[in-house]
Amino acid sequence: MKKRPVNLLLILGVVLLSALPLWLVQKPEATPGSEAAEIFTGADDKAKNMIGSINPDYKPWFSPIIEPASNEIASLLFALQAAIGAGVIGYYLGVSVTREKFRREAEKNAATPTAPENERSAD
Amino acid sequence: MHIMEGYLPVEHALGWTAASAPFVAYGIHAVRKRFRDNPEQRMLLGVAAAFTFILSALKLPSVTGSCSHPTGTGLGALLFGPAVMAPIGLVVLLFQALLLAHGGLTTLGANVFSMAIVGPFVAAGIFRVARGLRLSLALSVFLAACLSDLATYVTTSVQLAWAFPDATGGFAVSLAKFAGIFAITQIPLAISEGLLTVLVFNALARFNAQELRSLKLSTDLEVRAQ
Repeated sequence: MKKRPVNLLLILGVVLLSALPLWLVQKPEATPGSEAAEIFTGADDKAKNMIGSINPDYKPWFSPIIEPASNEIASLLFALQAAIGAGVIGYYLGVSVTREKFRREAEKNAATPTAPENERSAD
Repeated sequence: MHIMEGYLPVEHALGWTAASAPFVAYGIHAVRKRFRDNPEQRMLLGVAAAFTFILSALKLPSVTGSCSHPTGTGLGALLFGPAVMAPIGLVVLLFQALLLAHGGLTTLGANVFSMAIVGPFVAAGIFRVARGLRLSLALSVFLAACLSDLATYVTTSVQLAWAFPDATGGFAVSLAKFAGIFAITQIPLAISEGLLTVLVFNALARFNAQELRSLKLSTDLEVRAQ
């Protein structure tokens, strides 16, 4: 039971680490004549642009077989990926918590053999 | 850390694939052996895979103004040893390469090498060193997960710098450029991954102490419990 505040702090830390950049990073002013600067694009994309600036002659020699039809479809698939993972972990934790509870109750019952057999477990 | 489809020269793509293949093959062997010897651990291995699934889908903003994602491979490496994470990472990367055009088939070998091989082995190594220095279990788990995440992105930077050395400064300048994109962005995310891994570990230690005891970490947990 003592772990609760620690776990809350861990979650808080992750939330802060993810949310603070949204405040800290200022969107650069769009200079007239050029496209509005974008922030929080993917690092993978930046690396791709960097390859272009280091070696302008490089041409990718293979392209993805299927591309998500739009950003919405891409976010659907990413959400699906995370949901599958979260479902598995949630199921496992749920099973574990219940099993641990029953195990403790069984130990308690075994420790007090004078108690009536099943009637007490309801409270 | 996903190098995009077609963005590694052919010889690099083949080289990294050849480098990753034996790790994946050995990893599959290790997973099979574990399923045979300890069938009750199957579900926990699923949890390790699921953790990688979630974390690698979450693109988080970072202080550099770009987004990247954690890898989640540290947890499984600590629970089951680094070898089993190679095939698990391969599945995740294949899902993203085939359905999401995120990463690619030609760069799969390189991406598996950074995320599913270097990351897990760094996690296992750091964990041993940290426990050897008598750091607490939570701190050891944190350092292992955090540094394995960072190591993955440093590896990606090295892979790209090797394939695309700077015209004037060569490999070193190019490495600084790619590390500026990947490694710096990754620092806060790596810390997040460390915190999340400790969170899951706490839950496992509380509700699945018996299962953890059957794993390698057993001695650590028993020491702590006393």
